[in-house]
Amino acid sequence: MHETMVAQSLLAAISDEAAKHNAKPIGAKISCGKLWAINDEALCFAFEAIAKGTPCEGVKLDIEHKPIRGQCKKCDQSFEVELGNPLARPGCSKCGSDDFELLPDGPLILEEIELQTD
Amino acid sequence: MKKINVGKKILSENEKYAFENILFLAEQKKLCLNMISSPGSGKTTILTRTISELKNKIKIGVIEGDIQTDIDAERIRATEAPVVQINTNGACHLSAAQISAALKKLPVEDLNLIFIENVGNLVCPSAFELGENGKIVVLSVAEGDDKPAKYPAIFAKSKVLLVNKIDLLSGGQVDFDIERVKVDARRLNKGIEIFPISAKTGEGMADWYDWLIKSVEKK
Repeated sequence: MHETMVAQSLLAAISDEAAKHNAKPIGAKISCGKLWAINDEALCFAFEAIAKGTPCEGVKLDIEHKPIRGQCKKCDQSFEVELGNPLARPGCSKCGSDDFELLPDGPLILEEIELQTD
Repeated sequence: MKKINVGKKILSENEKYAFENILFLAEQKKLCLNMISSPGSGKTTILTRTISELKNKIKIGVIEGDIQTDIDAERIRATEAPVVQINTNGACHLSAAQISAALKKLPVEDLNLIFIENVGNLVCPSAFELGENGKIVVLSVAEGDDKPAKYPAIFAKSKVLLVNKIDLLSGGQVDFDIERVKVDARRLNKGIEIFPISAKTGEGMADWYDWLIKSVEKK
């Protein structure tokens, strides 16, 4: 459900960028950390709904989910943390310790837009 | 077709307000905790009992988030603690801008601790930083012991896990393996403090109060 708010901010950001180039946007690539818990289908649905009748109507979204990272409290190594598998016990890739801190999640980034050319 | 590199942060508006809130709370030396759970886990009951029982030790204010109604704010008001109600009118989480506005309505200088009771939802609120000092996740035993495994983000990000309604376990009507919850939550977050409590009977609340008092003293 929080995808609606993300879609609104996204719509504003894509519109701004496209306006700078005086062209119609047709696609956008975004990325975000996995802790954002963004469901692609929900985001695309929300975006499509609010983009109707705006210059962003028809824009296709390409969403990349960046892995979650942790930092080991024992040896300082930073490593990828897999939270999706309840059977896996995440631990440091270097020393194996399970005492780590989650690093701040990857921000939501509008990486790239695609514009229509004549 | 032409591709343009943008590389721009989205939702920077929320981050801007969250940062303002962090600065404001640091200046005022106030502790602010963001309470997150499913609907009906007992957040408001935990708050009313905590406020009443700590009345002589710490002064607590509350920001109540709900989709609609001020039912929860009324319950907090009955404890005489200052409370600000935010109605999100459909939105499933609170935003940092709403907290910024609510903080201006609370008598912050008279308080030690500000609780934010987020909209009942185990997913969306975990993605929105409000500028708080920590998140408290509440899980009631009737929801099932698989929740940390199924909703990892909020358990990974929280400082404290309150396992509420443990009074339901003694009768055996609820199948809930508290050890499984502890293992799964610590797998995601080794440092998480876990307090099994019953906000109804008061069982286990003393350890939670000790943690709160210590955290307020550290500010």
